[in-house]
Amino acid sequence: MDDVLVIAGREFRSRLLVGTGKFSAHAVMRAALLACGAEIVTVALRRVDLDAARREGDLLTYVPPGLTLLPNTSGAVDAGEAVRLARLGRAATGTGWVKLEVTPDPRTLAPDPIETLRAAEALVADGFTVLPYCSADPVLCRRLEEAGCATVMPLGAWIGSNRGLRTRDALEAIVDAAGVPVVVDAGLGVPSDAAEAMELGAAAVLVNTAIAVAEDPVAMARAFALGTEAGRLGYLAGRGTVGGATGAVASSPLTGFLGGL
Amino acid sequence: MATAPGRFARELAGLDLAGLAARGLAATDADVRTALHRDRPGLEDLAVLLSPAATRDLESLAARAREATLQRFGRAVRLFAPLYVSNACLSTCTYCGFAKGLPIARRTLTVDEVEAEARRLTDRGFRHLLLVSGEHRVEVSADHLVAVVERLRTFVPSLALETQTWSDDTYARLVDAGADGVVHYQETYDRERYAEVHAAGWKRDFDRRLASTERAAEAGVRRLGLGALLGLAPDWRADVLAVAAHAAFLVKRYWRTEVTVALPRIKPSASGYQPQAPVGDAEFVQALCALRLFEPEAGIVLSTREPAVLRDGLVRIAVTHMSAGSSTEPGGYGAPGEATGQFAISDERSPAEVAAMLSAAGYEPVFRDALPLYEVRSGRS
Repeated sequence: MDDVLVIAGREFRSRLLVGTGKFSAHAVMRAALLACGAEIVTVALRRVDLDAARREGDLLTYVPPGLTLLPNTSGAVDAGEAVRLARLGRAATGTGWVKLEVTPDPRTLAPDPIETLRAAEALVADGFTVLPYCSADPVLCRRLEEAGCATVMPLGAWIGSNRGLRTRDALEAIVDAAGVPVVVDAGLGVPSDAAEAMELGAAAVLVNTAIAVAEDPVAMARAFALGTEAGRLGYLAGRGTVGGATGAVASSPLTGFLGGL
Repeated sequence: MATAPGRFARELAGLDLAGLAARGLAATDADVRTALHRDRPGLEDLAVLLSPAATRDLESLAARAREATLQRFGRAVRLFAPLYVSNACLSTCTYCGFAKGLPIARRTLTVDEVEAEARRLTDRGFRHLLLVSGEHRVEVSADHLVAVVERLRTFVPSLALETQTWSDDTYARLVDAGADGVVHYQETYDRERYAEVHAAGWKRDFDRRLASTERAAEAGVRRLGLGALLGLAPDWRADVLAVAAHAAFLVKRYWRTEVTVALPRIKPSASGYQPQAPVGDAEFVQALCALRLFEPEAGIVLSTREPAVLRDGLVRIAVTHMSAGSSTEPGGYGAPGEATGQFAISDERSPAEVAAMLSAAGYEPVFRDALPLYEVRSGRS
């Protein structure tokens, strides 16, 4: 079965995107990336030296060659900062792809929907391929799509919380309406969360904390790859309808009297 | 003239933390278990977690703190270095090695000298520097600090300051210049004890100091460092509760501001001060674990005041930010011994040795985790 993920005209076989923060060592991060077959990897620009001369031993040097690098703007607190940071990142890394993150609240790291939309508009106008991390809000996702974003990346739960798909109802509405790939980002705690997101029709998932802080990050990376793949296959296979909790075919307690007439 | 109480000072006045700490002392093992498993512990729970009953079950407390730290911060510890700009001081704090009148070798670095020190630190890998100075508004003026920040910002992405408090537009000027953090430890939240140990100078004004974090937050400072100097007040538990309440207040009121907390313990210095109520190692670890559970998102900072064995243990439990290879004397990285340091450090390992310890413990030593703020930040409005 030829099932490819297409983002901004580029094709990917893997539907698991991986983040690079919180790992115990760059080498562990690299091993996890290789183990799960991820093709898109996001790196916080705040963690790398934008001056290539000072980059020796830096996170970026541990990203396996051939992967699509997705610099992110984490740490930016408004649109202006995100846009300036994205431009610095493009100059430093040579890629015009950016994962847009605007998170002014350090407690939840919840994305600012207003500033995210503003930044997306500015970055699209500037020629960037924009993948925005955003609230699980169907209207916001439509607006981001209209602004020209290559994907939308609604959150499943707060970043790093490992709480699973707390926004499931909204995600269903987003997937239903989206004309660009929906990448469920943030909050996925276990491989079955990734499977659940894919079963409900997400195009891909992005996972970081759950892999990075697992006892065995490399094994967990592989497990997430399998969960993502299983969910995708399940989605494509087409599920049957869900029966009611109380049994199969109900009798007609309300209209049964008609038979006695 | 004393400063009028700020917002948190008014909230603090209604809290009766001493009473809360006293009630916490009577906590039972069952109370501790309940508090340990609370999703979001409140101040009452925190008092229980600081109790002798909780000391007896420190391993459980540490296990919960470790889970919370790993989830929020991952297997990574941020490293920074203090850069002492000056040990000149006009305040008389009885516990401090820089206190006015002490016969120590004083020195205030010029902007060029600060740059030279900063380059030594960036050569060692640091990208987060904490500029520290005594309280001398003439030798370490706002103009001088702004000039220092403007000089360093081109090659140091993250600059925080631990200096005197300011009542004018200095915080805003420092933010505009490119500083991202301000550290003001209240030392003790016990007003009576505060008055005893802060004999003279601006630092004597309890409310000026307490409100300064609010002024800094309003000026757009991104990171605020809070703390209490353990060993100063007779009741360390009340001070830990106050730090927690202060952090919670700031997080709620200034929601854009990141808060870090620290509980430095008094160390030997030129002051000759002997702590009235020294805090033991187990209680110290307990206090940091309890703070972690109370405010899971707050960074916890641990300096080289503490010995290596304690630091190595605490990064596995609760600490997220560490200094390394520190000198507490102005100019001490280039020419050690020319000026007097603020206090004796206990962990004398080099930054590379601390980084190697972290790697061996399964943690990434993070030297860089900051936006190049002066390049990307938006104008305040």
